[in-house]
Amino acid sequence: MSVSQEKIELFTKKAEAVSAVVKRIGKLDEAYAYAVDVCLNKDACQLLLSGCENAISDEASDLCVAKAADKVMAAPKLADEQYAKLAKAAEKAGVKLIADGLRGHLAGIDIGFAVADLGLAETGSLVLDSSSEDLRLSTMISEINVVVLPLSKLRATSYEAEAELLPMMQKAPNYLAFITGASRTADIERVLAIGVHGPLELHILLWEDE
Amino acid sequence: MQTAVKIEEYLQEVEESLGNEFQRKALDTFAVAYRTGRANAFTGMDVKGLIEEIAQAKDDGIRRMDELYQQFKQKAESMGVHVHLATTAEEANRIIARIAKDNDCKKVIKAKSMTAEETHLNNHLEAEGLKVVESDLGEWIIQMRGEGPSHMVMPAIHLSRYQVADLFAGVTKKEQNPDIQKLVKVARRELRKEYVEADMGISGSNFAVVETGTIGLVTNEGNARLATTLPRVHVALVGLEKLTPTLHDALRILRALPRNATGQQITSYVTWITGPNECKGAPDDKKVMHVVFLDNGRKKLAKDKDFAQILRCIRCGACANVCPVYRLVGGHKYGHVYIGAIGLIMTYFFHGKDKAKFLVQNCVNCGACKEVCAAGIDLPRLIKEIHAMIQDEDGHPAQSKLMGMVLKNRTLFHTLLKNMRWAQKPFAEREGQYIRHLPTVFMKEKDQDFRKLPTIADKAFRDEWKSIKPEVRNPTLRVALFSGCVQDFVYPEQMKAAVKIIASTGTVELDYPMKQSCCGLPVNMMGEKQAAVEVARQNVQAIDPSKFDYIMTMCASCASHLKHSYPKLLENDADLAPKVAQFADKVIDFSSFIHDVLQISSMKFNRSGKRIGYHAPCHLCRGLEVREAPREAINMAHDYVPTSEEEVCCGFGGSYSMKFPAISKTLLAKKMANLEAGDIAAVATDCPGCVMQIRGGMKAAGKDIEVKHVAELLAERLR
Ligand code: SF4
Ligand code: SF4
Repeated sequence: MSVSQEKIELFTKKAEAVSAVVKRIGKLDEAYAYAVDVCLNKDACQLLLSGCENAISDEASDLCVAKAADKVMAAPKLADEQYAKLAKAAEKAGVKLIADGLRGHLAGIDIGFAVADLGLAETGSLVLDSSSEDLRLSTMISEINVVVLPLSKLRATSYEAEAELLPMMQKAPNYLAFITGASRTADIERVLAIGVHGPLELHILLWEDE
Repeated sequence: MQTAVKIEEYLQEVEESLGNEFQRKALDTFAVAYRTGRANAFTGMDVKGLIEEIAQAKDDGIRRMDELYQQFKQKAESMGVHVHLATTAEEANRIIARIAKDNDCKKVIKAKSMTAEETHLNNHLEAEGLKVVESDLGEWIIQMRGEGPSHMVMPAIHLSRYQVADLFAGVTKKEQNPDIQKLVKVARRELRKEYVEADMGISGSNFAVVETGTIGLVTNEGNARLATTLPRVHVALVGLEKLTPTLHDALRILRALPRNATGQQITSYVTWITGPNECKGAPDDKKVMHVVFLDNGRKKLAKDKDFAQILRCIRCGACANVCPVYRLVGGHKYGHVYIGAIGLIMTYFFHGKDKAKFLVQNCVNCGACKEVCAAGIDLPRLIKEIHAMIQDEDGHPAQSKLMGMVLKNRTLFHTLLKNMRWAQKPFAEREGQYIRHLPTVFMKEKDQDFRKLPTIADKAFRDEWKSIKPEVRNPTLRVALFSGCVQDFVYPEQMKAAVKIIASTGTVELDYPMKQSCCGLPVNMMGEKQAAVEVARQNVQAIDPSKFDYIMTMCASCASHLKHSYPKLLENDADLAPKVAQFADKVIDFSSFIHDVLQISSMKFNRSGKRIGYHAPCHLCRGLEVREAPREAINMAHDYVPTSEEEVCCGFGGSYSMKFPAISKTLLAKKMANLEAGDIAAVATDCPGCVMQIRGGMKAAGKDIEVKHVAELLAERLR
């Protein structure tokens, strides 16, 4: 194992400190099962979490009405073979899996599934090349974001990752995201509230890929 | 937003803010929580080193601003980004409105941008018929209230959940529960619809990385990701100072920004956009991307040897978080668009003298902002410089002009002080050393009754010096005493106590150079820079540094002024410059001198067993970074008892407390409450101004907690 235990522990501690759920997995298959499981255990996207019980304006609620009753999981930019496996797991559970067309789901989807490009232990951050609009959207409009981080891609600090970040940014166009924890705000009376625009939960699966 | 046109109106507004209980409580709790949060976030890091690196890198970028702009433009244009340079705020707004028109955009979704606040972009776009919606929750809230931000990072910190619930009830036309978690969910869903409908997204930018042509955005909510993804057109409005040569420069700032802003290690989202990305809402699946750089005075500032450093600001808002004045009055009265310490300065450059002229007076010069600044900007000094500049432009108020004239003439000043002793007789209280009524020529009496003011002593220290100068046969050190006017004329007993303690070692030859005068800080505070320069010159000539090992003063304000301001004030005096450096170098405060230099032992004292609290004068703890020495010194003779917020300003600030009595009074009340909570018999401090303030406050409130200079508390236990 080339990644030090210390680095993994630091990453876990920092990510958990911003309320991310962190799990270790041995094989990618476990990630598919995990994502499907999380999806099954949550309410369908008439999500209480996202506040469907609250009074919003008629126009805003119109957006939600258009939405399908199915549970939706999105996994854009997954390798074909990986996508096939995830699709199979999803199908068995009755979850609809999509790879694109996320603009058609702007009221929200249940799960966004992705594989991170890098991890930064010092802050518990994930780095995702989100140049694909669908990937960008799935990591933003999903209510729960499930991201696999291959441990071979875990770096100690942003400085240490710099040599890898730079070529990504140089390949224009590019849209790179550092994601740390769920979407949050402290704008009202400085009380921390999760999910103001983006996901309400972030689950990180640390994958022992080597 | 601060709008007063007369100082009286400003004072009135300030008093109204002081009466805003909710805001004060919110800012108070935040100020306390922030201190711990920040310390935790930086644990194990070399903060000073990081600040130094940021300052250097930013300075380098500022010097190369034009070149970096050209490089960025070339790089970004090669990728298909449209790059503009706007000379003025107005021009930036016009460019953005034109982009909207050219691309047939009707609705705009905006991610938070201080630069857009600076240009009042929303007003302009709305006047052009566009619908603009802010997507940052705090910004959205204040937008709907028609207000400006009251903090750079937390724009709606002044509002309560009830106010937000009422506002949301208006927007949704449904009744709203004032539960914060629920309100956030309501906003989530209301705003989602706005993203969907918008054709144009406008963002600010924390970094413009030249080597890659990338825009970097730092947010917690993720609104910037949606606002730069969904609409077909993206415009980033960027101040020229955000140009950073390399990604490394940006990553370095990113290490400090969230930690210094809110005590977070990093924000939830950091977004790096290089070139026009995929956008399935656009006809050809490609985003239309524009970057509008804003000059608005930045290029000129970049060339100013003194003020260029304000362009280092990374907009973390920390200078407001720690400012005791901001904490009391909030951002709407402590800023115009930009708030806090940096806001006072930027207001002058970006929004003009009229908007800044009262704001810059409302700084007690406590130095808290300078200490916390992520970019190492010398904020308090620059605030004073601007105060002086405005007075030079607008004419000096009679009072400060008079003060400047008097201080420049030492003999006149001292004669006046001595005469005041007679003049005040009818006003003095019989039993104590306090003035009963204030002669009304000096100030509005009723505003000042929150503390009792001392009378002038019967005999000035300088007049007693001859008779108390200790005889030392074989001195190992030669030390010049600098008394400052308060200890010379009001509290000579403090000086005498120090002399007694130092004399007890029998090794130090003390001298009191008679031609010394006021250190000049009071006139500097009043914006009389020329007088301050004059007085500084006199003092450096009066005390020849080559003759002494140390120049010791027991006044923290004098000490930090002599040490740090003199070299700046006299920098253009070629003849005096080498001497000034030597002079400044030798200045030391009393506690450090006896504790660190003389290493006086606790054996010299009879311990009292008395519980003594400590008030750390701003100019000592931050100005000179002296922290341990006074506390350990107290502990040699008494029991030093820590109390809360020891390093927060007592509200004196010299003439500040005369000009802004309401603020001074409130700061003092808080100081006294913290001290009282410590169940102490006496308070020690090492600045006569702080003694005057806190002792006067205790006396006026009828408290029997003694307030003394550290030297006095030590002298009384000397064996
Ligand atoms: S010196 Fe003190 S009062 Fe003045 S701006 Fe800075 S923190 Fe505020
Ligand atoms: S002046 Fe310094 S502390 Fe204030 S916002 Fe700018 S960088 Fe932060």
